[in-house]
Amino acid sequence: MKSKKPSVIRSIIVHSVLIILAFMCLFFFYILIVNATRSHADLQKGFSALPGKEFLTNLNKVANDGTFPMFRGILNSLIVSGASAAICTYFSSLTAYGLYAYDFKLKKIAFTFIMAILVMPTQVTAMGFLRLITKMGMYDSLLPLIIPSIASPAVFYFMFSYLQSSLPLSLVEAARIDGSGEFRTFNQIVLPIMKPAIAVQAIFTFVGSWNNYFVPALVIQSKDKMTVPILIATLRGADYMNFDSAKIYMMIMVAIVPIIIIYLLLSKYIIAGVTLGGVKE
Amino acid sequence: MKKRQKSISYAKWGYYFILPFFLCYFIFSLIPLVDTVRYSFFEYYRSGIKEIGPTFIGLDNYVSLLESDMLRYGANTLILWVIGFIPQIGIALLLAVWFTDIRLKIHGKQFFKVVIYLPNLIMASAFAMLFFTMFSTNGPVNSILMSMGVIKEKIDFMGSTFGTRSLVGFMNFLMWFGNTTIMLMAAIMGISVDVFEAAEIDGCRGIKRFWYIILPLIRPILAYTLITAIIGGLQMFDVPQILTNGQGAPDRTSMTLIMFLNSHLKSKNYGMAGALSVYLFIVSGILCFIVYRMTNRNDSDEAKTAAKRRAREERRRRK
Amino acid sequence: MKKRVIAVLLAAGMCVSALAGCGNSSKPDGAGEEGKVINVYCWNNEFSDRVNAIYPEVKEVSEDGTVTILNDGTEIHWIINPNQDGVYQQKLDEALLNQASAAADDKIDIFLSETDYVNKYTDAEADVAMPLADLGINPDTDLKDQYGFTRTTASDMNGVQRGSTWQCCPGLLVYRRDIAKDVFGTDDPAVIGEKVKDWDTIKVTAEELKAKGYYTFASYADTFRLYGNSISDSWVKQGETTINVDKKIIDWINDSKEWLDAGYLNKTVKGQWNDDWNKSMGSDSKVFAFLLPAWGIDFVLKPNWDGDEGIWAVTNPPQEYNWGGSYIHACTGTDNPEHVKDIILAMTATEDNLLKISKDYSDFTNTTNGMKKATTDASFASAFLGGQNPFVYFAPVAENIKIAPLSAYDQGCVELIQNAFSDYFQGKVDYDKAKTNFETAIKERYPDITEINWQDQME
Repeated sequence: MKSKKPSVIRSIIVHSVLIILAFMCLFFFYILIVNATRSHADLQKGFSALPGKEFLTNLNKVANDGTFPMFRGILNSLIVSGASAAICTYFSSLTAYGLYAYDFKLKKIAFTFIMAILVMPTQVTAMGFLRLITKMGMYDSLLPLIIPSIASPAVFYFMFSYLQSSLPLSLVEAARIDGSGEFRTFNQIVLPIMKPAIAVQAIFTFVGSWNNYFVPALVIQSKDKMTVPILIATLRGADYMNFDSAKIYMMIMVAIVPIIIIYLLLSKYIIAGVTLGGVKE
Repeated sequence: MKKRQKSISYAKWGYYFILPFFLCYFIFSLIPLVDTVRYSFFEYYRSGIKEIGPTFIGLDNYVSLLESDMLRYGANTLILWVIGFIPQIGIALLLAVWFTDIRLKIHGKQFFKVVIYLPNLIMASAFAMLFFTMFSTNGPVNSILMSMGVIKEKIDFMGSTFGTRSLVGFMNFLMWFGNTTIMLMAAIMGISVDVFEAAEIDGCRGIKRFWYIILPLIRPILAYTLITAIIGGLQMFDVPQILTNGQGAPDRTSMTLIMFLNSHLKSKNYGMAGALSVYLFIVSGILCFIVYRMTNRNDSDEAKTAAKRRAREERRRRK
Repeated sequence: MKKRVIAVLLAAGMCVSALAGCGNSSKPDGAGEEGKVINVYCWNNEFSDRVNAIYPEVKEVSEDGTVTILNDGTEIHWIINPNQDGVYQQKLDEALLNQASAAADDKIDIFLSETDYVNKYTDAEADVAMPLADLGINPDTDLKDQYGFTRTTASDMNGVQRGSTWQCCPGLLVYRRDIAKDVFGTDDPAVIGEKVKDWDTIKVTAEELKAKGYYTFASYADTFRLYGNSISDSWVKQGETTINVDKKIIDWINDSKEWLDAGYLNKTVKGQWNDDWNKSMGSDSKVFAFLLPAWGIDFVLKPNWDGDEGIWAVTNPPQEYNWGGSYIHACTGTDNPEHVKDIILAMTATEDNLLKISKDYSDFTNTTNGMKKATTDASFASAFLGGQNPFVYFAPVAENIKIAPLSAYDQGCVELIQNAFSDYFQGKVDYDKAKTNFETAIKERYPDITEINWQDQME
């Protein structure tokens, strides 16, 4: 109450910073939308600040191309990204809880090991990975894009840090006294507490997996298993008779819609996490 | 019976819980990884479609890497990372605090929260494509600046070292600050409301609140952010790769370590790529160790606070 | 757990032995049964579209376009991988290494390559592309109607032809009639052709254009193909590990620098395939001419042009050159040699089919007779070029192309030399630094390169 003026000034600063940032973020989406509404010929001529009239034409071209399975691609991407996000966050939480809540001989070694592999650049092992999954008969299947996400050191570390700051061990002890089994404690008491962290990492994993091009391009071969980024690359690689940059921009736009929806859904959970905070103490 | 076994039998649950992770890691990552390290001691590459090697050559790959421009690319990577990361963490902290401050009325809060993460949703390659168009010599940014009278001659953004590096830094900032904000927000939300209420009563507000309450309490997540940012920085690839067409132009001043690695992988030079990976592995290991140590200072401190917390809880329960 | 580890180790062992087994590839057993599946590796649907439209044996195409069924029930499976990030060659290379051990229906039967890396696959020692003679095609009689240089391009060091193409990409000089009238008072292709007939003459012309405020070409990259196609020795000689930067390439570097500094080129256009380059083809641009093959006029120039039709015209380039081209190869180990032979002959050696491709896809195709006919056929005239028949100019260029000696290293050399010297042209680095940058980059790309030999000291 005592200082009304500074808070007004503060509010102005806060809002202007936010507006500038939001402008920068949205500007690129605007460009994308503009480009997706213009024809290939218009695009080649250069940039325009105003949208064109070809939105539906472009959308039709992308959606109704028999040789270009857009819906199938989106479905594949949804399966891969959804499954990856689910098992990645679940198993990372499980691992983090295992190392946080229990004392056992190899605990320190296990933790150090995970921290060490956290820093290994992923690009390096791609060729070995490809050879391995070929021998395991998983070439050209969606499984090798999903299963390895069980072991995500970075997500584990986030979950571990989150547990450190938000889960008092007394809660676990209390559950034990109540006769709850270890696994049940994890699923029914620990997981709900971790919801905000899980929501956050689920978004990140989902987006990362959705936009991954490198590994799927190596693993996937047949058209009905292609994910969205491979489809976009296919559009880009089209021969000169069929090359259409408007189609590329439209596909990029179409590709973003599902993740925006998922993001909006999950971001609600993050907010809900605030109220959940009351459970803890 | 049950009671007696209690302390022993819980240990096995630890193993059960971490088993899937390790199983999966050993199968899908360790084998290719061991291969990578092994090949770093071999001369092993493809010439056309013929395989040369593998021939054991000891540490030759490591030596020739030291003689190459590797350290220069390391410096480039560091510069590019710093340009992007400093604004990223600064803005992210600021926004996270603002968004979680209940007393601060932000109009359209939900809108802003959603919007800041949007750039991260586009594929890096598509984002770089858009940037390239925007900042090309005859692109819209130049036209706008010209018509506003800010500049007289068109700026060749991607023609200069400074321009390219700033663009890469700016793109990285824009793509990742939302991500970091969300993470820090989740961390701050993890702090109990009681703590804030108590602080409020003690007159701890604004900067003080940030410095003495928030920062120490989100330290683990902050360390996480820092470590993943360092790793992300060392692995910086997509953005400069696409913006400079894989060349790190001009004069290789935007060539990052992973772009360097990629050019070896492109030539299927498994030996050299393996050695470079081992170097990267060691460097990032050291960096992360330092950060981890710094943010977790010493264990005894940690133990003390934990003990205090437990004591407090204990007291509360008794009440 | 232990069992798993052992299984994985076994798998790894198998992997190694499979790789080792690749050295000695087996030949197809001549007269045996033909397989049911023809696997074709390519990077886009250009080839499949042509086959589906032209090849007489095609019965139907599956709805998603991935399978073409022939009259005798054999299926062509199109295995398409994007060119982006080298994924196509990476997948093709992996499949070629596994060719010997693959099941009959999984073996590659046909694969495609582009001029820039055709030599990597026609290499005699690697022996992944079958000599056409082994298929029962006699290049000297069956393919005699093809342009000579396309046959040379698809041959290995011993002159054995290992691939064949349906297209032929001679390039022309495409210029703006309105600018020509403004500067020279005429837009007659014959007169303009005289003014650009060789490098010395075109330099004088460039000065005239500059006086009126025009650029001759857009970018230094535009002229590269002309120089690059006339190098006297290959970038890397067979069996050597030294890169020769030919005198012609040095000429390109010096001329480009000179042209750029003199203001004959547009400084803001850095290379090709970017927005600035596209824009320089618009009506606001001050660029007089481009050097493009048939597909370039249709695919690059036309969509970028925003003025009236009939403003552009073609004439002879200062030097004959070729730009682009996709080659069809029969893969060693194919179980469908008869089908492959038939497809290659139908797609690359049958005049009527090729003329149809020319008509339908505005390609300049690989038939000397057919293209001669096109020069006198009024139906090949182009409205975009103001009613001019470009084939009149294309055909003689195609006949005079002397293809540069190729090597397996061409793709990297061509790409990296342009990149390295781009900094030099723009004044970011000096000449020697650009040379060092090229040397570093090329050794990264090709680890077996030991030395770079610059022919810039000799006179």
